[in-house]
Amino acid sequence: MKKVHIILLVLIAGAIAVLISFLKASTTYDTIDSAKAKPGKFVHVIAKLDRTQPIVYDAIKNPNYLSFTAIDSLGKTVKVVYHNAKPDNLEGSERLVLKGDYQNDHFECKEIMMKCPSKYKDDMKAAEKNIQETTETTPAEIQTAEKKY
Amino acid sequence: MDYTGEHLLPGQLGHFFITLSLVASAIATFAYFKSTKSFSKADATQWKKLGRYAFITEVVSVFAIFATLFYIIHSHYFEYKYAWQHTSLSLEVKYMLASFWEGQEGSFLLWTFWHCILGLILMKGSKEWEAPVMTIMSFVQFCLATMIAGIYIFGWKMGSNPFILLRDSGVLDNAPALHMNFDISQPLKPDYLASITDGNDLNPLLQNYWMVIHPPVLFLGFASTIVPFAFVIAGLWKKKFAEWTKPALPWALFSAAALGTGIMMGAAWAYESLTFGGYWAWDPVENASLVPWMVMIAGIHCLLIFKHSGHSLRITHLFFILAFSLVLYSTFLTRSGVLGDTSVHAFTDLGMNWQLIGLMIAFIIPSMFLYINRYKQIPAIQKEENATSREFWMFIGSLVFFLSALLIIGKTSVPAFVKMAPPEDPEFAYNRIQVFVAVIIALVTAIAQYLKYKETPGNFFRKKIWLPTVLSVIVSALILAFGNIDYNKYGYGFLGSIWLAVACSVYAIIANGAYIWLGLKGSLKLSGGSIAHLGFGMVLLSILISSSKKEILSFNTSGIAINFGEGSKEKSGENLTLVKDVRTDMGKYWVTYEGSQKHPKKPLWIYDVHFESKDGKEKFDLHPNAFINYKGNEGLMANPSSKHYWDHDVFTYITSLPDPTKNTDTSQFKNKQLQVGDTTYYSKGYFILEKVVSRDSIPTSQGIDPTGNASLAVIKVHSMNNSSYTAQPLLVNQRGRQYSIPDTVVSQNLIFAINSIQGDKVNMGIKEPNTILQYLTLKAYKFPYINLLWLGVIITVTGIIISMVRRIHLNRISASES
Repeated sequence: MKKVHIILLVLIAGAIAVLISFLKASTTYDTIDSAKAKPGKFVHVIAKLDRTQPIVYDAIKNPNYLSFTAIDSLGKTVKVVYHNAKPDNLEGSERLVLKGDYQNDHFECKEIMMKCPSKYKDDMKAAEKNIQETTETTPAEIQTAEKKY
Repeated sequence: MDYTGEHLLPGQLGHFFITLSLVASAIATFAYFKSTKSFSKADATQWKKLGRYAFITEVVSVFAIFATLFYIIHSHYFEYKYAWQHTSLSLEVKYMLASFWEGQEGSFLLWTFWHCILGLILMKGSKEWEAPVMTIMSFVQFCLATMIAGIYIFGWKMGSNPFILLRDSGVLDNAPALHMNFDISQPLKPDYLASITDGNDLNPLLQNYWMVIHPPVLFLGFASTIVPFAFVIAGLWKKKFAEWTKPALPWALFSAAALGTGIMMGAAWAYESLTFGGYWAWDPVENASLVPWMVMIAGIHCLLIFKHSGHSLRITHLFFILAFSLVLYSTFLTRSGVLGDTSVHAFTDLGMNWQLIGLMIAFIIPSMFLYINRYKQIPAIQKEENATSREFWMFIGSLVFFLSALLIIGKTSVPAFVKMAPPEDPEFAYNRIQVFVAVIIALVTAIAQYLKYKETPGNFFRKKIWLPTVLSVIVSALILAFGNIDYNKYGYGFLGSIWLAVACSVYAIIANGAYIWLGLKGSLKLSGGSIAHLGFGMVLLSILISSSKKEILSFNTSGIAINFGEGSKEKSGENLTLVKDVRTDMGKYWVTYEGSQKHPKKPLWIYDVHFESKDGKEKFDLHPNAFINYKGNEGLMANPSSKHYWDHDVFTYITSLPDPTKNTDTSQFKNKQLQVGDTTYYSKGYFILEKVVSRDSIPTSQGIDPTGNASLAVIKVHSMNNSSYTAQPLLVNQRGRQYSIPDTVVSQNLIFAINSIQGDKVNMGIKEPNTILQYLTLKAYKFPYINLLWLGVIITVTGIIISMVRRIHLNRISASES
């Protein structure tokens, strides 16, 4: 066996070990209930902002404290605490990926990803909305237009 | 139906040239293919001639498409979806190129454009290689032309055409005001265009000069990876297994230089204008461009091994095939939207996934088939490399680089295939492995040049290497002892690997620097390799130092003894709120938010933040800015600002601002029973009710009828930054009516109002409204040695270019000799 072969084998074994450790380090996607069931374990929760509940963020009082309620597709809710600035498009988000763990009474979030099904499509939606709004006519105008015909 | 105001001619020209480009590149492919395959020389020349005409037609078409699209963008012809979607009337001319390549169609065009330039150079200079190499070039042009064709074939849409009209794109379908009778089932009004007064604009985050210059360079890098690939295929095809390496080497070096520059320009862009808080985040888009570069570098090294020792030719073939294949794979990963969930800035799905997969298959399958088929015929030396030879260690280095590239692309691809969440700390998942790759690569680069090809006598090696080794030990010991590299967020094991990597990168810098004199007698012409390695060592070192010594300056230091309310027992975080004109404590600086200006045309605000070091030696202003509620995109989009020093940067960006739409005062007076002498806390300090005074008249300063009497409360407000203020709210009794005149402490955002007074007991209303206050929340970092990174990159690229020039020169000499 050549030296190169031995080194190659070692390197490949190393690479496989690394990949396995990577897969092991991977975490899971959970629902709010299953995240609650394993407090202290780092999980990804896919949820939505519960718009019926208030968002607590006061940059004057504490710029590193955000709390809101998240609701998942099964309708379960949980209070979320995020020790960072409020992501600016939180209110407009369609979907949230919350990374963190459940503690005592709340989900302690380390990172929030705001998700849109597609950034491009979302931009386009906003743009379409813009077009519709800027070209919108008042009801009175529409009525007169209708009368003409 | 005719619509008024439309300019249809440019679009028709565009469509025409796209079709011409498709046809011309198809003909060029066929003609060059026939030329390669013909046995008679006359035939080959005839076909080659046709191929050239066809390719030149293709080049003209691509340039025409490019010019037409730019004309449409520049003229603000919003009847075209591309212009409407990516520009607006307020967009500065300098960003128009950025909007050109914001969309997928434009970036494909940019890619094709570079292929045209490279193709012309190859056509002119590659002699007997022209026919096979240009077959590949023409074929890739054909494939890319289909990407912007926008043709329907049996109901299947092929490509996405940049010249599509807005009215055909579906965007207007749901806007009743643009349709006849305000009915969306009716056709558009003939004068619909009059209502489209402005475009959607370039994404504000891309309105940046880096976005103008970084994509062209990056795409030049992507485009150039095809040249070594084309030479490999040509060599396999014509069974000239070794000859192709000569013309391919300068091209491979060029590709490495261009791609490397493009990647690091992207990093500079991320650092300068995005708010990742850094220049690299192991984002899929970044990884996707890094990995082909790493494989290209591995290929170049194996090619050099072959040139000097005859080893490693087979794997050189593989690396160059893979470098280009990985560009295609990366194109698929980042443009198909399969990674949309994991990337901050992946491209988006245009419904072209199958076409992108087709592009990969069209190149990877045949080339791998050809490679495997001819594998046995590629010459290889059976005797193995000596462990004291340079080629042995170069090969180890290439292999490690290649495997590391595979790991990176593997990890990046995982989310595309498996529904699995990323690790808790995705960046660390890369760093903890790549730090060892850095160690090995740095060591190998340091030592390998001191070894000779074939075999190195021990004495020779020891005599040369001892000086740089001793120097490196001393320098790295000094750095580690006094550099305060104590990044133990991930424990001492990781810190130890960082130390090891720092020492090895120092070794790489010193050993390669020294080799220019010890080995090459100071001849810069010959030292391309050493210079590139030296630069790469600097890149590694600065990456290690800048990321492990990054400091957060804005740690919320306002840890005064006051009640934070709900978050009271919470740890401090990375964000700091600055109230306008209030000097705030931030680590070693006092910072003050001094004001803001609005951009004359756009909803862009620029903030003035004054930094002053506590020892008074440093004073500077930073101007972070933010787009607020831009074109239907809710929220703010912030651009950072940084102060550059030679050895570090102070970097800040805005994370939160008062929401202008919610800037109505919703806060309520809180009523509190106070006795004289009572101390009460508010959000930024405390206040004491000092005394209550009754007066027979109302102070005239209030500007009201002085008849009647009034009670006055004197309140001393002590803020957390040691300022104190006095507030004097009044309770007026006038003609039997009682009312309160509140007093406001503006800088503390505090309003007092007396509800009632009984002796020295006051029922006081206290309010901290959110409207009167101007503030911003920011993050600030200190990045050390970021300039070493940029310098390292420049040196690396310079080294590669020196090697390239030398190789071109050598090729010329050997051509003229033969």
